[in-house]
Amino acid sequence: MISQSLGHPVSFIRRRRKRDFRLRGNDAWGMIGLLFLLLHSPVMAQTALPPAPYADRQLDDPALEAKARDLMVTIRCLTCQSQSIADSNASMAGDMRSEIRQRIAAGERPEHIRAWLIERYGDWVSYAPTAAPILWPLWAAPLVLLALGGLLVRSRIRRRKR
Amino acid sequence: MKRALIWLPLLLFLAFFGLFASGLLKPDNRIIASRLVGQPLPAFSLPAAASDRPALASAQFATGKPRLLNIFASWCIPCAAEAPQLMALKQAGVEIDAIAIRDARPDVDRFLARYGNPYTRIGLDARSAVQMALGSSGVPETFVIDGKGKIVHQHVGDIREDDVAGILKILRDAR
Repeated sequence: MISQSLGHPVSFIRRRRKRDFRLRGNDAWGMIGLLFLLLHSPVMAQTALPPAPYADRQLDDPALEAKARDLMVTIRCLTCQSQSIADSNASMAGDMRSEIRQRIAAGERPEHIRAWLIERYGDWVSYAPTAAPILWPLWAAPLVLLALGGLLVRSRIRRRKR
Repeated sequence: MKRALIWLPLLLFLAFFGLFASGLLKPDNRIIASRLVGQPLPAFSLPAAASDRPALASAQFATGKPRLLNIFASWCIPCAAEAPQLMALKQAGVEIDAIAIRDARPDVDRFLARYGNPYTRIGLDARSAVQMALGSSGVPETFVIDGKGKIVHQHVGDIREDDVAGILKILRDAR
């Protein structure tokens, strides 16, 4: 979060510079810009380590991979807080994907892993709605809307009969 | 009845408008606190992250004296910014252990040589596994662990100068 956010402004500035050069159409400046980009690429690195073994590698068994995938798209990334860990490029999201794939491969149930994460980060970390009282209106909404629709249809039919 | 119903869409609109406006105007809180505060430190055992400091295991925390557990990384800039405050805490007699996240020993050595080494023991968490087990969501973070090995406080983000007194007080209360 706080630390990783430092990566983003840098990339923003770099993108802006690149575009400015292109607008001027000056090749020499473009080359200098390119050199600048190459020289400064380590600034972007969040960490020198290669990614965790299963961060960007699928499990060999497609059934297990599907299980892991279904869980990963519903786990929220702690760094880029509006993305799931399946969508995020943050190092921590990669570590979480690797952890989840390894646990699934070891036979752990997806819902058990989700519960383990919620125990640590709260409901916040999961995109799947729970049965907590605060969400009861959400679960009740379809029933309430269906009932309202039923009432509406009934009154219409009655009116037509008359 | 019918007459009153005609106002319903407007009322619904105003209700939703108010809801969205309050959501937009409320300051964004991006801090995710660990749910493990108040609970015992999860069990872990990590290899040494630095050449001149021993490895770190959860069993080493129940020493009868409160300690700090600092989550840091050599690649993390706010971690360098909080180094003077950690040094000040160390000088005040606080024992500080650390976990280096997604790090490598040469990098940790270089970081400690440059910014100072306030740590007693440093564990290396190369794949963030222990970070996840702690409910920590980034670097730097600092946990206060009491003498029985229970987590009593989590400080998210770098420790600023004006945080030091508060942390010392929490450590005193954890005795």
